[in-house]
Parts: sequence; C-alpha cells; structure tokens
Amino acid sequence: MTTFILRRLVAAFFIVLGSSFIVYMLMANAGDPLAFTTEIASPTVRETVRASVTDALNLDVHPVARYFLWLGDVFQGDFGISARTQQPVIDDLGGRLLMTLKLVGAATVLSILVGISVGIVTALRQYSGFDYTTTFFTFVFFSLPVFWVAVILKAVGGIDFNDWLRDGAEFPAWLIVATGLAAGGICYSIAGGPLHRRLTIGAIGAGVVTAILAYISSTGWILDPGFGPIVIALFAVGIAFGVTAIMAGLGNRKALHSALTTAAIGVVTWFPLQLVFDDDGMNIWRLFGLGIVAIAVGSIVGYAYGGFDKGMSARTSAVVALLLSCVIFVDRAMQSWAEYSSSSVIRNRPIKTIGDREVRLEGSFWVVTNDTFSHLILPTVALMLISLATYTRYSRASMLEVLNQDYIRTARAKGLTERTVVIRHGFRNAMIPLATIVAFDIGGILGGAVITETVFEWNAMGRLFQTGLLSLDPNPVMAFFVVIATFAVIANLLADLLYAVLDPRIRIGS
Amino acid sequence: MIPEVVNPDAVGPDEISLEQREIAGLSQGQIVRRRFLRHKGAMAALVLLIFIVLLATTSIGFGPFPGWWKYASNTVVPPNPDQSPTMSLRPTWLGGAGVTIGDHPFGLDNEKGRDMFALTMRGVQMSLVVIFVLALLSVTIGVVLGSVAGYFGGWIDAVLMRLTDMILVIPLLLIAAVAGYAFGAKGVWSVALVLGLFLWTSLARLVRAEFLALREREFVDAARVGGASSRRIIFKHILPNTVGTIVVSTTLLMGSGILTEAALSFLGFGIRSPNVSLGSLVNDYDGAFSSRPWLFIWPGVFIIAIVLCLQFIGDGLRDAFDPRQKRIPKRKDLESAAEIDRAMTRGNRTIGGH
Repeated sequence: MTTFILRRLVAAFFIVLGSSFIVYMLMANAGDPLAFTTEIASPTVRETVRASVTDALNLDVHPVARYFLWLGDVFQGDFGISARTQQPVIDDLGGRLLMTLKLVGAATVLSILVGISVGIVTALRQYSGFDYTTTFFTFVFFSLPVFWVAVILKAVGGIDFNDWLRDGAEFPAWLIVATGLAAGGICYSIAGGPLHRRLTIGAIGAGVVTAILAYISSTGWILDPGFGPIVIALFAVGIAFGVTAIMAGLGNRKALHSALTTAAIGVVTWFPLQLVFDDDGMNIWRLFGLGIVAIAVGSIVGYAYGGFDKGMSARTSAVVALLLSCVIFVDRAMQSWAEYSSSSVIRNRPIKTIGDREVRLEGSFWVVTNDTFSHLILPTVALMLISLATYTRYSRASMLEVLNQDYIRTARAKGLTERTVVIRHGFRNAMIPLATIVAFDIGGILGGAVITETVFEWNAMGRLFQTGLLSLDPNPVMAFFVVIATFAVIANLLADLLYAVLDPRIRIGS
Repeated sequence: MIPEVVNPDAVGPDEISLEQREIAGLSQGQIVRRRFLRHKGAMAALVLLIFIVLLATTSIGFGPFPGWWKYASNTVVPPNPDQSPTMSLRPTWLGGAGVTIGDHPFGLDNEKGRDMFALTMRGVQMSLVVIFVLALLSVTIGVVLGSVAGYFGGWIDAVLMRLTDMILVIPLLLIAAVAGYAFGAKGVWSVALVLGLFLWTSLARLVRAEFLALREREFVDAARVGGASSRRIIFKHILPNTVGTIVVSTTLLMGSGILTEAALSFLGFGIRSPNVSLGSLVNDYDGAFSSRPWLFIWPGVFIIAIVLCLQFIGDGLRDAFDPRQKRIPKRKDLESAAEIDRAMTRGNRTIGGH
C-alpha cells in the first residue's frame, strides 16, 4: 500500500510538472506580457516598468530556461509577480482559493446529497413517471450552458425576486395550485404499493405543500422568516422518524427511542441556545463546536440505551442530532434576516448578484451569515444544476446495476425487509463507484467554476486566471494552473485509494 | 376488481427468449440499427437535429450557396423602432397575431443593424462546423493513441498514458483558452482545431481500456497465429469491436464540444468578432437580457437544443450497442409471441429442430 501511494505520488508530481511545462510554453507563446506598457504615457516610467518586469519575469531568457527559473522559484514557495500589477501573486492566492472553495464547496455538497437521493429514488422506481421526468431534466441540465443560465438567474433570481420581495412577497394563486399539484404528482410517483395508497400519499403531498405555500404567501413569512419552537419540534419528530426509518428501520425500538430522545433534547436546548447564539463572541468556530457537541450528545444517548446494537442507535441519534442542529442554525439565521434585509446598505434588496460579500455591511455574526448566504445562493444554484444532473445519472445507473445482481435477489428471497435490501445490500455497494466519481469530480470542479465566478463577479481563483490570460500575464495563470492541477491529481489519487478501501475485491500494490 | 397479475413465464416465452427470437438471423449492424430506430427519444432527437441543420444551412445559405431567407448574417438591416421578435405562434382567434414569422422572427438588433434570425443561424452553422471538425480530429487522435497504447502496452502505453494524464489533469476549458491564445485562434477553424487537440483524452482512455480487454481474446490469438501483422490485427480485428464505444462517446463529445466552445467564446477566448458562434452571440448580448431578452435567449436556446439532441442520440446509441441491454417487452408482445409459439408447436411438431 505504502509503495503504491509513493509510486502514485511520484507519478502525480511528474504529471503536474509536465502539464505545467505545456501550459508555460503555451503561455510564453500567447503574447507579450509587456503589451500593457504602451498605455503608460510617460516614456521614462514606461522604460522603468519594462525593465523591472523583464527582470522579474526573466523575459530576456529563452522560454525553456525561463520555465526552469520559474520552477526553481515555485519550489521555494514563490509564484513570482504579476506583470500587470507588479505585486507578488502569492499575496492573495490563499484568500482567492478560500473564496473559490466556499463557492464550490456549498454547491458540491448540496448536489451530491440531492443528486444521490434523487438518483436512488429513480432507480427504485424505474420506469415511473418520476423516473422519466427526472431523466429528461437531467438531460436538459446537462445541456445547459452555465453562463447562459447564470445570466438568466441574475435577472430572474436577483432583480425580479428582489422586486417581488418589495411588492409584499405574495405568490399568485395559480403558482400555489400548480406547485401543489406538481408536489402531489411527485409523491404519487415515488410512493410504492397499491393504487389507493399512492393516491392517498399524492393527495397528502399536494395538500401539505399547498397549505404551506398559502400560509407563507398570506403571512409574508419570507420577509421575516423563522421557525419558532413548535415548528422545530415538528421537524425534530419528523427527522427522528425519518432517519430511523432509513438507517435502522422503525422496528428497531431502541434506535427509535434514542432518536426521539435526542430530538427532544435538541428541542429543549433551543431555548438556552438562543442566549449562546446572541453572545457577542459568536463565530464560525463556536458554531462548529456546538455541532460537534450535538453529535457527541446524540452518540451518548444512543449508547446509553444499550442493547446488542447500541452502535446503530448511536449512529442514528448522531445523525438526528446533526440534522436538528442544522435546523436550529437555519432558524437562528432566519431570525436575523429582517435585520439584514432592512439594513442601510442592503436597502431591502437582499439577494445579491455580484461578489461574495457586502464589504460595507456591519453587524452581528448572524447578519454576516445572512449576507454570505444571499451572495452564495445564485452562483450555487448555477453550479448545482449541472453537477446535480451528473450525480443523479451516475447514482441511478450504479444503483440499477447493483439491484440487478443475483445477491439482491437472494437477499429478497431469504425474506429481508425492503429497507435492509435497498440500504444495506444495494445502496452501500452502489456508493462504491460513486465515491470515486465524486473524488474525481471535486478535482475538476475547482477549475469549472471559472465561468460562474466571471458571471457573478467573484474575485476568486477563476478571475485570477481570466484576467491573467486576458492581459497575457504568465505568473497568475501559472499559479492558478499549479493549484488546480495539484488538486486534480490528489483527487485522482484519493479516488483510487477510496476504491481500494471500499471494495475489497480491488487490491493495490500487490 | 383488481385483475390478477399475469406471470409472463406462465404465458409462454420470457423476455430473453423473445428478444433472442427477434434478433435471430440478423447481423450485428442490423441489430444495432433496429434497436436504435426503436429508441423513441433518440429518434425524436435525430429528427429535431436534422431539422436544425437543414434550417441553419438552407435559410441563410452555406458557403457559395444562397439561402431562402431575405437577410444574410452580415446584411445591414434598416432599424425599426420595434425590435422585438415578430414570430407569433398564437392564432388570431386566440387574440394573437396569427401563426406567422414576420420580418424578423427572432427580433433585430438596431445598434448593429442585424437580423437576429440570420445571425443565430450563422452561429448555429459555425458551432456545427466546430463540433464536426473537433470530433473528426479528436476521434482520429484518440483512436490511434488509445489503440496503440492498449495493443502494444509496455513503455509505449506508459508514455502515451502519462501524456494523456498531463492534458486530462487541467480542465479542458482552461487549456483550450491558453492554447487558443497561444495559436491566435479567433476563427471557426482554428478554435475547432485547438479544441480537437485537447478533447481526445477521454476517448483515448476508453479505446485503450477496450483494447486491453480485447487483445487477450482468442480471436486475436487466432489472427496472430495466422500470421496477421499488428496493423492488421488492430484495424481489422480489434477496432471494429470498439465501434460502439467510439460512436457513443463521440456523440457525447460533440455535445460537450459545443458547450466548451460556447464557454470559451463567452470568456472571450474563443471565436471572436467578426466571426460569430452561438457562444459569442450569448457573450455579445448578455448585458441586453433585461431590456432586449430575445437577443440573448435565442442563441442559448439553440445551444441547448443541439446539445440535448446529441445527448439523446448518444443515449440511444449506447442502448443500441450495449449487448446487455434488455428491452422490456409489452405484455401484448409476450402474449402474441406465446400465441405464435403454440401455433408453431402444433403445426411444425414433425419438422423438429429450430
């Protein structure tokens, strides 16, 4: 194993080296980095700038030699200076990378979660109306040019949505009815069993969604959102039952009870937590800390219930605790929405289409959190549409492949419950190829955010590349490539290792 | 009353034997063609794609051939105070302007004096040229490199695959952008060449994987014992077996080629003025979305339509080439097959065999 990793690391190193050489040569061919100096009016200043940039970028030596000089600097952690600004590239590289990770991270996590769930459901209900509709939409999403969608999102999701908020945030009646019917149709398609059961579930789905939308519309909930303890309690019970049904089965009473206990603890701690949240020292690390505490409490509750399967109870309760923490977090963030939205710099146009944050905004941690969310939402949707389609299709194909295996038939034949067959025998094995795809994708997605960053004017990694290339500035472009390529090769290596860990049939290094 | 569930096995032949009977005596090509023609999504997509190609080539003409549309993509159109599209699909009895295309079906751009329909058709033509050239180029490179690497193995494989990795490690859009700049690619052909030079990597990998599996098969050994040269084995014995993979991934590659070309043009690195492509049109008019959305919408709609068609066709081809693909037969088919079965066994019992 160690030899395998070492060999792959060495190979990865040389791959990055090789591809950086290719890009460096292309870049050297692309044009004169000094072209911008013609804009400088004073001849003496122009000559000084030319001389200093030529010296710093070694423009007077042959490109191949220049590459090795550049490489020597990179090994010492120096990515050189930008010809255009004469500032070291490394200065804001970290900040830009963090910004891109923020953008890509939210979109990736969400699309993996949603994509896999939808893919699994379509595989389980193959050839249903839901399956056909989803498949059609994954094809459409695949075909969408991201920049085109992003521009439309900016207009519709940004400007029109903000106008709609200003006009009182009421849904038109036809929209409520149509959404309700669509939700009912989806529930009907997903539900299994005899016709009358599916019809009932469909009707309930349609009714619930219509009622919620009507409530939201009539009370202007979006203008001042929040859950409050009662809705959170409903969420908690729902989460407890849902997670238990998926992970342990409702027949597992100990798991169900520990999940419900965890949910109850969560709802009760909602009250003291508000004080903690309102503390001035609240920051992102405290938030993470609270999340970890919640998971720990969940696990302890699960163990405390004992029984032969206490590990399962602990896992179930931990997931319940995590999800409930997310709900409580969202609730607290929502409470500050009105304050954020009405602040003097936002002026009731909360959904932002430009940049990653409002620099002039001052306020508590929660106001800033709202600001981050409202900047993230549109680019995240744009990025998600496409990766969502990828993950849905892969997980559907992978799940179908597994469900057609003989051992699934065996599992059904020996009388295991449908949940055990689908989750334990099917889902776990279907995830093996998917894990490698996800790891592989994360490597590539960093570079794929260039267009989204351009449309939404995020001054992050993609911008570094685009402005660098447009002004024929080699060092920023090369810094971008080195970071992206390193991420990609490491992700590939992880994908291979993950496969070996997850699938015992694969043996590496032997 | 709930009807009893009919067990297909009890009625007669099961799904597999029905499928086998349908394809008995047909060549591989015929089987694939039949399966493809039965794929409804793929057929609909094929019809739509042919329609788009015909519309784009005949309307404004292609090369030296004139078209039937009154404007060319570079004709200066007299400005009109109402720039919005004149195409209407709502009949007069529904309160619309009737089913008509009018003078400027996709609207017009007064600032540049261009008819949007002619301009969009020009963009479609150029995008089609781009994907055609890049498909040709990347298939050639990918197939040659992939088959050589897979067939010979050893250090040739190692070198070629490391080269593939080097290109694969960088997102296609970015390396194409840098290369386009390096080679000064602004026109249709040069952008297509640049994209083709970097798009072959996934195809090379797929072809190599197929070769690795196929070269161990008995028919390859038989050919080698029979004295066939390596070149003959590669091109006559192994390559025809990989056609399915190549055709399917080329179709999908053409789809992603359009998107990549459009994205390149959008970032300002691809096809640039005076050349137009669908991507450069979207780029030119992205600021006009709120005031004159038709300038922006139509090129995008055509990108989506073409890529969507290619996706569906690729999906249909994949199903057609996949030997494991089972069609779910309709109960009607199974029953009628069982009927024929019974008739056959009654009538032909004396003949025997099959």
